[in-house]
Amino acid sequence: MKTLHMIGSIHDIPLGEGRTYAVDGEMIAVFRLRDGSIRALSAVCPHKGGPLADGQVDLKQVVCPLHLYAWDLATGCSLSGQDAVSVYPVRVDDDQLILEM
Amino acid sequence: MAGARTVEEILARGGDFDITMFGDEPYGNYNRIMLSNVLAGVEDESGIFLNDLSWYSDNGITLHAGVRIDRIDRKNKVVYAGDGTATPYDKLVIATGSSAFVPPIKGAHVPGRGYHQGVFVFRTLDDTRAMIRYAKEHERAVVIGGGLLGLEAARGLQNHMPHVTLVHAVGHLMERQLNERAGATLKTAVEQKLGIDVIVNGMTTEITGKHAVTGVKLADGRLIECDVVVVAAGIRPNTQVAAESGLAVERGIVVDDQMRARGEEDIYVVGECAQHRGELYGLVAPLWDQARVLADHLTGANRQAAYHGSQIATKLKVAGVDVASMGLLEPQHEDDELIEYAEPRKGVYKSAVIRDGRLVGAILVGDNRKAAFLMKAFDRGLPLPDDRAGLLFDLGGPAAEESVADMPDDEQVCNCNGVSKKAICGVVQDGCATVSGVMDKTRAGKGCGTCKPLVQRIVEWANGGEAAEDPAASYYVPGVPMPKPELMDAIRLYGLKSVSSVFAKLGGEEDAKSKMGLASLLKMMWGAEYVDERDARFINDRVHANIQRDGTFSVVPQMKGGVTTPADLKRIAEVAERHGVPMVKLTGGQRIDLLGIPKEKLPQVWADLDMPSGYAYAKSFRTVKTCVGSDFCRFGVGDSTALGIAIEERYQGIEGPGKMKLAVTGCPRNCAEAYVKDLGVVAIDGGKWEIYVGGAAGAHVRKGDLLATVDSPEEVVKLTGRFLQYYRENGNWLERTYAWVPRVGIEKIRAVVVDDAEGIAAGLDARMDAAVAAYRDPWKERAEPVTPGQFRTSLPLTVLPQVPVRA
Ligand code: SRM
Ligand SMILES: Cc1cc2nc3c(=O)[nH]c(=O)nc-3n(C[C@H](O)[C@H](O)[C@H](O)COP(=O)(O)OP(=O)(O)OC[C@H]3O[C@@H](n4cnc5c(N)ncnc54)[C@H](O)[C@@H]3O)c2cc1C
Ligand code: SF4
Ligand code: FES
Repeated sequence: MKTLHMIGSIHDIPLGEGRTYAVDGEMIAVFRLRDGSIRALSAVCPHKGGPLADGQVDLKQVVCPLHLYAWDLATGCSLSGQDAVSVYPVRVDDDQLILEM
Repeated sequence: MAGARTVEEILARGGDFDITMFGDEPYGNYNRIMLSNVLAGVEDESGIFLNDLSWYSDNGITLHAGVRIDRIDRKNKVVYAGDGTATPYDKLVIATGSSAFVPPIKGAHVPGRGYHQGVFVFRTLDDTRAMIRYAKEHERAVVIGGGLLGLEAARGLQNHMPHVTLVHAVGHLMERQLNERAGATLKTAVEQKLGIDVIVNGMTTEITGKHAVTGVKLADGRLIECDVVVVAAGIRPNTQVAAESGLAVERGIVVDDQMRARGEEDIYVVGECAQHRGELYGLVAPLWDQARVLADHLTGANRQAAYHGSQIATKLKVAGVDVASMGLLEPQHEDDELIEYAEPRKGVYKSAVIRDGRLVGAILVGDNRKAAFLMKAFDRGLPLPDDRAGLLFDLGGPAAEESVADMPDDEQVCNCNGVSKKAICGVVQDGCATVSGVMDKTRAGKGCGTCKPLVQRIVEWANGGEAAEDPAASYYVPGVPMPKPELMDAIRLYGLKSVSSVFAKLGGEEDAKSKMGLASLLKMMWGAEYVDERDARFINDRVHANIQRDGTFSVVPQMKGGVTTPADLKRIAEVAERHGVPMVKLTGGQRIDLLGIPKEKLPQVWADLDMPSGYAYAKSFRTVKTCVGSDFCRFGVGDSTALGIAIEERYQGIEGPGKMKLAVTGCPRNCAEAYVKDLGVVAIDGGKWEIYVGGAAGAHVRKGDLLATVDSPEEVVKLTGRFLQYYRENGNWLERTYAWVPRVGIEKIRAVVVDDAEGIAAGLDARMDAAVAAYRDPWKERAEPVTPGQFRTSLPLTVLPQVPVRA
């Protein structure tokens, strides 16, 4: 069953960066893109466990900081032939980040 | 081997056949080449099988091992086997290989019983087993034949017997691949390195002994005592069955360019038994080419596939000595050039034959480093270096090149990201034919970068000779379509001071992979005016530390010139203890690394250390290594330590297109390795200093070029700044000086930096001064995070590969 989780304020994430949140025992990387939209994905790189929230992003992809493989922020699909990561619906309500999972 | 390879190639193309294989050896396919290693005891029998029995069943192949085909009924398309069975076929592939050739030597055979006891040939696994068994109980061996096989047999036998003599009928070893001098060098190497006696000009006339072998008699009357004889005097293709079945047979079974037996619709021949355009091949590389062509043709992957013969360029390890040979062994025409280098005592010989500026032959013995380069030059008729010595030696240029066609498919090309040739070719076949596209998809070449030229060549090769035009190759970063000079002009023209404004104005869309390069460039161009958007930075630059495999970070405090004090050492020790730092290590850059620090602890660690950052994480000025110099060293002619510290003090932390690592050394003994630094300074007698630039000893090794010799430390500091600024403004993103200096040319750099030929020196100096003045120690950024959660952990809950804690 899906539940909604309030995970924090949008202002906790600088524009164009990501931060990691523990939600229900899972680590979720939440990114605030430069066009204002929010994306949430599993925080652990499927390649070798790199911290995806430390990666660089644009409007499409996040690049893992360890070996620079990339994942599509919207679908979680790897852009470089690795396994996919899970993506989660996330939205902002009154500056609060609300994650569905 | 050729037969099974053909089947593999057919399967790889999804060929839909019911496949039946016959082989008169009682095994599946094994790697015959490795028999040399089995005989030498360095490989296990089990290690040489290429396809085990389950491979046959998994692929629906019926294998009849130990069953010989006696006759082919071409008309009815049936093969008859020695076990009495008849098997129909639609398509037949003959790959019967060769057998050992035993010249008519008296006593080699015992009438009616095959070989004399103690006489062996070296072709099959059974031969090898029998030889090992017999050799173990005997003392002395003679190997007849000084070609590849004979040498391998002799080396292998040494493992089992104390005395091995090689007898060769001709005047020098491997006469088909080597000229006389090379053969003589190989002989010396084999005798001295391996302790095998080699007799040349030794024609064997008789094997003596009544019941068992007692010796070998030569034409000149010499008798060599021995109890084992191995005949390795050549091979003869197995064509008997084909001939008896009415196929066209000359020296081998005659085939056309599709490997089809002459005049036959459905019979094909590959391997050593095939005669193509008059040639027979006795090494595996050509057979692989044949197998590919045949598979393309049979499966319809490419019906027009044609075999055009193989260049006879071979690279071998003969009895532990590297040998490569191609084309002519000696010059033939009056105006052929011969380049030759010989060091017979060391077992090294190299030669190249050049005709009209093209390589038409080459031999290497004892040092194969240039083999790949020579083979490629030979194959493709590439232009040769003016400095002919470069044909035979690496003169500090780019690494020797390997021929792509010769590389096995599964050979690892990128040793950082584990990408094989096959993976690269796969991406090309799927339609991506630009080098950068392939690198993006496979990550090949994205580790240390050494393999990039090779990746490029593989892409070219897989794409039929040329990589697709990739305009992006000249871009400074992939996301903004401009080379660096144009990009800098545009940035200046529009006054773009932040990375996002560059994308908005020049790039269209934001691109994660371009941000870091742009951030570095804008910082260099605008200094204090740069609008620093933190998301443009790579994580290392956001938190001023280097990320590690487990997501923690390393902290390397500055230690100028590698000089420290007891007080600083104590402080570092205390901090390490207080924070339970998993590892404390001296770096290759003469300072101390605290490894395994969680992100959230970084500000506290910096505060406790209260030392400036050593910048061991950024594309920036890193370190100046120094030696003890004239103050302490009895040879020192200049105060290298003081100068190194002065340089580091001044240029610390300056960002650039790549890392900048420097060194100053007190005399030409060069204890601080200044010849292999981005900029290295060497004190020489008379109070002078030499400045070398473009050196490297990381992924690439290159001795730096001498930029200038100057009279004072002040001049060194000044030219260092000017050189670094020129590099900062002109180097491509991630292009280290070892690539940039040769690209631009040391003469040009000297003209600009030393002689001010373009009148821009004052400008370079002024911009460098500004950068120096704008420097702020980033570790001061610790009281308040610059962005929310700057130092918040991003670590997964399940920390995967943890950095080990060392006591
Ligand atoms: C710590 C250190 C190894 C050590 O334990 O001694 C080190 C560690 C790393 N080196 Fe290095 N290099 C270290 C000295 C060297 C040296 C020797 C030197 O500086 O005198 C070299 C050869 C000189 C050179 O750079 O040409 C060296 C050539 C490299 C290279 C190859 C660069 C090249 O293009 O040839 C890389 C990869 C790169 O830059 O892309 C690299 C990259 C790395 C990175 C940063 C890889 C990374 O991105 O994570 C390593 C960080 C490990 C970590 O987890 O913190 N390191 N590395 C040394 C730190 C020196 C310092 O005090 O700053
Ligand atoms: C010890 C040794 C070391 C070598 N080292 C190297 C090296 O370093 N580099 C290199 O390139 N090459 C080397 N070679 C040569 C290489 O092994 C051969 O070129 C290669 O094996 C030839 O392959 P092929 O398929 O044509 O023949 P083979 O591998 O000989 O295969 C032919 C098979 O067909 C079987 N056969 C024959 N007639 C019939 C029949 N009528 N019915 C059923 N089966 C039949 C044979 O028994 C054999 O098993 C070496 C060879 C040896 C012996
Ligand atoms: S420290 Fe340098 S050489 Fe060692 S593993 Fe890391 S990058 Fe490779
Ligand atoms: S761990 Fe993320 S790319 Fe390797």
